[in-house]
Amino acid sequence: MKLITAIIKPHMLDDVRDALAKASIQGLTVTEVRGFGRQKGHTETYRGAEYSVDFVPKIKIDLVVDDEQVDGAVTAINDSARTGEIGDGKIFVSDIAQAIRIRTGEAGSAAL
Amino acid sequence: MKNVSRQSRFLLPAVLALVLVPQVVSAQDVSTEMFTVNNTWMLVATFLVFIMHLGFACLESGLTQAKNTVNILFKNTGVVAIGLLTYAICGFNLMYPEDFSIGQYFGFAGMGIDPGVDGNTIAYADGAYTYWTDFIFQAMFAATAATIVSGAVAERVKLGSFLLFTTIYVAIIYPIAGSWKWGGGWLDQMGFYDFAGSTLVHSVGGWGALAGIIVLGPRLGKYVNDQIKPIAGHSMPLATIGVFLLWLGWFGFNGGSVLSADPELVSLVFVTTSLAAAAGVIGAMATSWMTQHKPDLSMVLNGSLAGLVGITAGADVVSVLSAIIIGLIAGAIVVVSVLAIDRAKLDDPVGAVSVHLVCGIWGTLAVGIFSADFSFVTQLIGVLAYGVFSFVSAFAIFAVIKATIGVRVSEEEERMGLDVAEHGMESYGGFQISHR
Repeated sequence: MKLITAIIKPHMLDDVRDALAKASIQGLTVTEVRGFGRQKGHTETYRGAEYSVDFVPKIKIDLVVDDEQVDGAVTAINDSARTGEIGDGKIFVSDIAQAIRIRTGEAGSAAL
Repeated sequence: MKNVSRQSRFLLPAVLALVLVPQVVSAQDVSTEMFTVNNTWMLVATFLVFIMHLGFACLESGLTQAKNTVNILFKNTGVVAIGLLTYAICGFNLMYPEDFSIGQYFGFAGMGIDPGVDGNTIAYADGAYTYWTDFIFQAMFAATAATIVSGAVAERVKLGSFLLFTTIYVAIIYPIAGSWKWGGGWLDQMGFYDFAGSTLVHSVGGWGALAGIIVLGPRLGKYVNDQIKPIAGHSMPLATIGVFLLWLGWFGFNGGSVLSADPELVSLVFVTTSLAAAAGVIGAMATSWMTQHKPDLSMVLNGSLAGLVGITAGADVVSVLSAIIIGLIAGAIVVVSVLAIDRAKLDDPVGAVSVHLVCGIWGTLAVGIFSADFSFVTQLIGVLAYGVFSFVSAFAIFAVIKATIGVRVSEEEERMGLDVAEHGMESYGGFQISHR
């Protein structure tokens, strides 16, 4: 099992969700986050004075999938979240030791 | 007796009405029906002025941080109550004394309000309004002057200290200043003109706001290493609602200041008031767009108020074209003023000093420029006299409060937000609000 964590542009969320659904992904968790990467922040103006917004609003999605689904999910996210502009985000993949469905107590792949 | 001074207030518009409207009826001809019509309009104007307090509450809340909203609303509620009560206790009789006891500078007709024998008859004000209407209309104005201070000192003033300042300022300083013109005092006799209070209400409030922000100092983190760090307001929709409510209320503020339902004068005042506000929007829009690269909504909102404050002194004596020019210039002035005051490191979160003081001065002087009936020099004397009296009084009150009970919340309370620190409650319970 792998955890796929992707940081994407907020307005790309619907596209990413649709792409993941087409790749037969059963569920994901979405979090509103803020941060910066190479994109850095941007400047805003309020009553004549400019100020920098150092942390840009982003969406973080987390999904746990079977090993054989990882490539499909990563490709789906990568293709659907890309605009080609700076700030499109990143995808991280990491190992997951265990997964348990609370309702039934099923463990491992059966819980996904 | 009392209506002597009040009639003199009524007389000037009446004289102007004679010039403007040849067929105007003379005082003796006022019928009971016309008395009722006049009085009803004055009461409508009164509740329009009342709604301005909601406008101030929305505007000030919108242009400040979410963590201080309960505090802003609390102050605005308190100010209305204090303004109305103190005006009944002493303000009305300080502003409209029967006789002046110290030169033409100070008079006091005693505590409380009392219509007397003919206070509610046609004889009181030539059938324009009753004593009760007179009181409540003027009382709504009184609270406005103090509310202006509230926005400027927002997000750092100690609640008790602010309410104490408000009580003294609105109970004593505002009505004494008002008596100089509307009470028939020395400036009235000199020929100074201020129709609905560009100076008497807005500048008096604005001088109080300026004194307040000087004594208080800027909010934490506003000016760091010689740089201006904007502290963005938390709700532009709320600020916009506030401005529209204020604009609505201004129909009563200026329209009621005709002090009767005179058809031509009231409708003229509606036109000059609205066109000046509209021109203020355009003036601020152009200035903001040209100087700030991006068109700033908060500046355009200030621009409409600038136009309204600007036209308030002369709404019944200037032409429609003059009203538009006055508003346009006011809109431009307010943007430049907001930027300049910020550069001077005077922290005014809502632009109260720029809108009410700077544009109040502009509007008062504009009467001397755009109307042939009034002298620019006399208008200037009035502006300076009100400036010295209001600023020195307000500064002294704030300074004494600072030296005794303190005027500013602690740094920790300011960071935490005044809602939780002073009131122990949140303005948006259940919502997640990001703190700076």
